[in-house]
Amino acid sequence: MATNKHLLEIVGLAVNYGHIRAVHQLDLTIQQGEIVALIGANGAGKSTTLLAVSGLLKPSAGTILFEGKDVGRLRPQEIVQHGLIQVPEGRAILTTLTVLENLELGAYSRKNRREAAQDLEVVLDRFPILRERGDLPAGNLSGGEQQMLAIGRALMGRPRLLLLDEPSMGLAPLVVQGIFEILQEINKTGTSILLVEQNARQALRVANRGYVLETGKIVLSDTASNLLENQKVIDAYLGGGKDCCSVD
Amino acid sequence: MIAQQLINALTLGSVYALFALGFTLVFGVLEVINLAHGAVFMAGAYAALLLVTKANLNIWVALPLAMLASGALGLLIDQIVLKPLRGRRAHHLMPMIATIGAATLITNAAQGIFGAETSRFPLGTIPEESFQIGTIRITELQIAIVIISFLLMLLLMVILKKTRLGKAVRAVAENPQTSYLLGINVEGVFRLVSFTAAALGGGAGVLIGLSFNAIFPFMGQPLMPKGIAVIILGGMGDVRGAMVGGLFLGVAEVMSVAYLSSDYRDAVAFGLLFLILLVRPSGLFGRVLERKA
Repeated sequence: MATNKHLLEIVGLAVNYGHIRAVHQLDLTIQQGEIVALIGANGAGKSTTLLAVSGLLKPSAGTILFEGKDVGRLRPQEIVQHGLIQVPEGRAILTTLTVLENLELGAYSRKNRREAAQDLEVVLDRFPILRERGDLPAGNLSGGEQQMLAIGRALMGRPRLLLLDEPSMGLAPLVVQGIFEILQEINKTGTSILLVEQNARQALRVANRGYVLETGKIVLSDTASNLLENQKVIDAYLGGGKDCCSVD
Repeated sequence: MIAQQLINALTLGSVYALFALGFTLVFGVLEVINLAHGAVFMAGAYAALLLVTKANLNIWVALPLAMLASGALGLLIDQIVLKPLRGRRAHHLMPMIATIGAATLITNAAQGIFGAETSRFPLGTIPEESFQIGTIRITELQIAIVIISFLLMLLLMVILKKTRLGKAVRAVAENPQTSYLLGINVEGVFRLVSFTAAALGGGAGVLIGLSFNAIFPFMGQPLMPKGIAVIILGGMGDVRGAMVGGLFLGVAEVMSVAYLSSDYRDAVAFGLLFLILLVRPSGLFGRVLERKA
């Protein structure tokens, strides 16, 4: 059916959150190997979009195609098996489980346990701090370490597309910079990334393209470098030290 | 004398622990206070009675089968009563109230089928051998009850701690939404936990039925406040807590009967629980009760 080469293609997506229509007529595509940023103010519908892609919210209209297959009506665990893996907002570390247990659960849906064990070594090499803290309850980690754990856990699922919801939230600027460098490295190994951020400047600096979401609608989409110079975007989202997120 | 009482307390306490374990498991994972757990406990005892009297099975064959039957009943309660409420994101009191309905239905059905009077296992069902060690007398049944209870509890703990499935259960207990994003079949975990918890509750029913040789439709009712007390004492949703709390309640009850009066049994047991909670409001093993939005 699908003749395009999009990795992810969202067409006319509408999602209700409770009784509120949080996302209207959203169109978005991601090509293999891209980093795409979805930026917008608090409450614009960014997280709702990601939850719909992961199957936690049922779209009320529209289609979500992943590698040409319609995944919009699949159950969340089936979507994970397709390689669409989300690092949720606030990191959502399982605090009562150990660091290693968190990582092991990242590979829960994979059949090949030997490959998963190899991937665990790769992840622990990438994040040596996680190896060091392996047997501690994950709740003992600092915010930045928890974000590394959340990303490492997602990598354990062998993502073809990694969805990140506000990875910079609540982290110190230097830590945020480190996280974004890690994301770029992961991208270089062939994993495509959809990055949802309020921290628009950081997100657009690492992204290839960006979409701007306002009250549930895409109002702008362009290459990341063009968006960084777009006056509307600068005024609304890159307010340089001023209140970054107030939109009229 | 005290050693004899401790043996009795250990027997009673290990069954309480087994009962509370299922109760706490459902609370920890499904976040539901399942007030039908006592009815499942009763149903387990009747299932064993039927298997012994109608199918002429040995009681130790009937026990695992009765546990499977109780597990199936627990699964049914989950699918018919709890699942529709999960789908609607209902207030957390609603599933609790719904389980009262399920409990009433099951208890009344048992009364309709078996009558309100007490049924007993036929002669020869219950092992009656006993061992004399000094002044202490231990019956075969007591030994069996303690061993079976502890084996089941140990098995559950090892599964939760070590296996892939057990880790998934703990993940769902902490955060169902994250579990979905990890690819865990969360509904499957809910079904599994409902089954396992009810099987443990039904098993406790069989063991209590054996140790008092009395099975009646309302036998689960006195267990409910005890079960609630035990899991609050142990720390809501904590498996070790349910074990320690159950044993503690057994000891408190037996000792107050032995050294005070049976009239004060529940007053002493619950009074002690109250005092402990004054000092440790989150229970013996409970983390500070926190709820994420």
